[in-house]
Amino acid sequence: MTEAHPVAATFVKNAVRNGAKLIVADPRKHRLVDFADLHLPLYVGSDIALLNGIMHVLIKEDLYDHQFVESCTVGFEALKETVMAYAPERACEICGICPDAIREVARLLASVKPVMVCYTLGITEHTCGKNNVMSIANLQMLLGNMGVEYGGVNPLRGQNNVQGACDMGALPNVFNGYQAVTDADARQKFERAWNTTALPDKNGLMIPQMMEHLVTGKVKGFYIFGENLANTEPDIKKVEHELKTAEFLVCQDIFPNETTRFAHVILPAAAWSENDGTFTNSERRVNRVRTASPAPGVAKPNWWIFKQIAERWGHDWPSNSAREIWDNEISVLSPSLAGINYDRIADDGLQWPCPTTDHPGTCFLHQNGEFTCGLGQFNPVEWTPPAEVPDKDYPYVLSTGRRLYHYHTRTQTGRCEGLNDLLSEETADISMADAEAMQISDQEMITVKSRRGSVQVRARITEEVPSGMVWMAFHFREGNANWLTHPAFDPDTLTAEYKACAVAIEKMSPNAG
Amino acid sequence: MSENQIFINGNPFFFKEGQTILEVASEQRIDIPTLCFLKDAIPTGACRICVVEVKGARNLVPACSTPATRNMDVSTESPRVIESRRLTLELLLASGNHNCAIGSSDEKDWTAFQLGAQAHDDHEQLCPAWGDCRLQDLAYRYQVKGGQFDRVECKHPTETVNPLIMRDFSRCILCGRCVQACNEIQVNQAISFGYRGVDTKIVAGGDRALVNSACVFCGECVQACPVGALVEKKSRFAARPWETRKIRTTCPYCGVGCQLWLHVKDEKIVKVTGVENGAPNQGRLCVKGRFGFDFIYSEERLKTPLIRENGRFREAGWDEALDLVSDTFKAIIAKHGSDAVAGVSCARSINEDSYQMQKLFRAVFKTNNIDHCART
Repeated sequence: MTEAHPVAATFVKNAVRNGAKLIVADPRKHRLVDFADLHLPLYVGSDIALLNGIMHVLIKEDLYDHQFVESCTVGFEALKETVMAYAPERACEICGICPDAIREVARLLASVKPVMVCYTLGITEHTCGKNNVMSIANLQMLLGNMGVEYGGVNPLRGQNNVQGACDMGALPNVFNGYQAVTDADARQKFERAWNTTALPDKNGLMIPQMMEHLVTGKVKGFYIFGENLANTEPDIKKVEHELKTAEFLVCQDIFPNETTRFAHVILPAAAWSENDGTFTNSERRVNRVRTASPAPGVAKPNWWIFKQIAERWGHDWPSNSAREIWDNEISVLSPSLAGINYDRIADDGLQWPCPTTDHPGTCFLHQNGEFTCGLGQFNPVEWTPPAEVPDKDYPYVLSTGRRLYHYHTRTQTGRCEGLNDLLSEETADISMADAEAMQISDQEMITVKSRRGSVQVRARITEEVPSGMVWMAFHFREGNANWLTHPAFDPDTLTAEYKACAVAIEKMSPNAG
Repeated sequence: MSENQIFINGNPFFFKEGQTILEVASEQRIDIPTLCFLKDAIPTGACRICVVEVKGARNLVPACSTPATRNMDVSTESPRVIESRRLTLELLLASGNHNCAIGSSDEKDWTAFQLGAQAHDDHEQLCPAWGDCRLQDLAYRYQVKGGQFDRVECKHPTETVNPLIMRDFSRCILCGRCVQACNEIQVNQAISFGYRGVDTKIVAGGDRALVNSACVFCGECVQACPVGALVEKKSRFAARPWETRKIRTTCPYCGVGCQLWLHVKDEKIVKVTGVENGAPNQGRLCVKGRFGFDFIYSEERLKTPLIRENGRFREAGWDEALDLVSDTFKAIIAKHGSDAVAGVSCARSINEDSYQMQKLFRAVFKTNNIDHCART
């Protein structure tokens, strides 16, 4: 959190200074652990076992919130049945956290209210990512921490506008405002608003399916807007093969990058601070983005480019600025955003749902324990291991993430004066114990390989990672973790298991040092 | 008479239990000058600029750390208060290398002063905070010219060995705002007061360079520094404060959505600071938000449409490129159906762009094959 969401982390650290208790569940002993009352260094991919173990104790010792469970939820009996099979001793076998610690955590969680759970991609980037999220929701409902300020389930979104891109319907199953494409009424509404007919009624493809269908030939024309897929997707060799196969690839971006190499047409776009618009943050807060500089050359705002293409298909879109698009289309067509317009968010943004222009916005969801779907549904889940676990040939688990000084594939931070000086190349973070056993010294070049590929990268020996783990990022082309990562996906969300695959590490030569 | 009443400059005001004199005054828009006071940190009362006179009290009291009490009678600009502030400012101006005009005007020989300032600690430049300095503002307000006391020589050389922040200890007034920003606001715990007496210095770790310390270059200390001791290297001498305008925007990196002030001169961003009191970040930023803005000026930017021809890219006009994209998609869809095209939107770009792209795919291409990296 101090590396990927540093400013959010400052508020957590402030809370600790003000007396709040902090539990960090993470295989790595990173900076936030210094502030924690309890650190739970669970094994990679064992989250559900730990959470079920905690819930086991809460139910067995009768520490859960009866009133909330009885009045606001359904499915408790099924949850109970599942988690009763996760006695702390069994949970410990899977997650590595000792039974007493699991009991202590459960008792601590039950002793205070509210408890806030924050998580990031360590929860979602697993083949059981959806179940991990469900499991956290189960815990918070069981503790009665839903629908209250400073409680709840709080995913910290990794990118500035990943929340907004979802809200805007850049998803294969919903229009903007999460209105299902399979819903005939929704389609009719958008057909009228967009002055068109026959909107498609079946859910579309998700990114990994699109990529695979480039190879099968089902997808012939591929349009990539502002994504460097060649570095960010798991298994770079596979991804590059898929991109190479595209019959016609359009890239719309601000820099040439590893992905634009495969393009047939590259369209130059205006960047952040070169046009007006809005971002929506992790709190669902819609904030303004404003113009400071002109775009270089003939680069144009992205919305303008899409509008020109529509025009060539005979569609005349009336909105002629980001403000007109928001005020006249997005807020009109998205009930949860209906009360948000540019005038209202000139200073601080507004959090949706914000249904009317006199609505103050919604700081937290499910208020008074009233869930969108009525009662909160417990969804008991069983632990499943990562798709690829360490074995004799690949004895280490590789987990990946982001570092403080860079952002994703460095298309931006790599071109900012100073940031490269603070972090100039990728490292493979390994434990002292493993380094000693392998006779690897700090900053020595080593080879890390998986069944997909291998990279040569400097070893960074650190107390942060436990023995048996290699931790890497994907900021640099050289030594990028995605040469190694496993394209195994959560069956529902198709989120890749970036957080766990099996690797081996080797010294580059016996005498290197 | 109400129980919780305080008089400031003869006027009665209500106060809430636990409020300081400064808090009551600022609620009433009564200006008490401060220097070391940092919002959201525990007041230290170290600089003595905010002193006020309380009837019946023997000494002047710092407004930032003195609680309001019932029927307290406070004067914020009495002759005694002004005299004290003037003396404090004289001492601060003499405490280091404050080589703006104010700090020199009473010295007989300007050239000698300048030479002295430059010779001292290798200072070749005038203060980078000139015109944007709280000490200078206060000296101007109270007409304190400096030169009354001998200037203290700073023993600590300027630290330049990191890529982002200049630490000029000769201009440091030891107000401690940076230490509070680092320890109480950001809680990075990288810097603290080191050494004793006249040798006192703000140190990182056991007096190391920032790059070799626990510093994470969030720059909160720079934002908190009221003088020219801590300055962003990127922004140093880039613009006079009155040449820039401030534009509020949202950070382009992670999902926290920090609010930034872009300090813009001639359509170019020269500096970024956090929007104090703005949601959600309350003025705080990280290294990327504060220092990661100049990528947009890179010479490597895509400036014109490019079309691949014989394995190489050639420049093209918008019409040609857009016609090609449009016609090729038309041909693919005519031959293979709408679902033979697919698009990936951008989670980095504005809402309006993602809306427009899904609209293009759904309303124009008639496919729901539109996604973005939320899942990856």
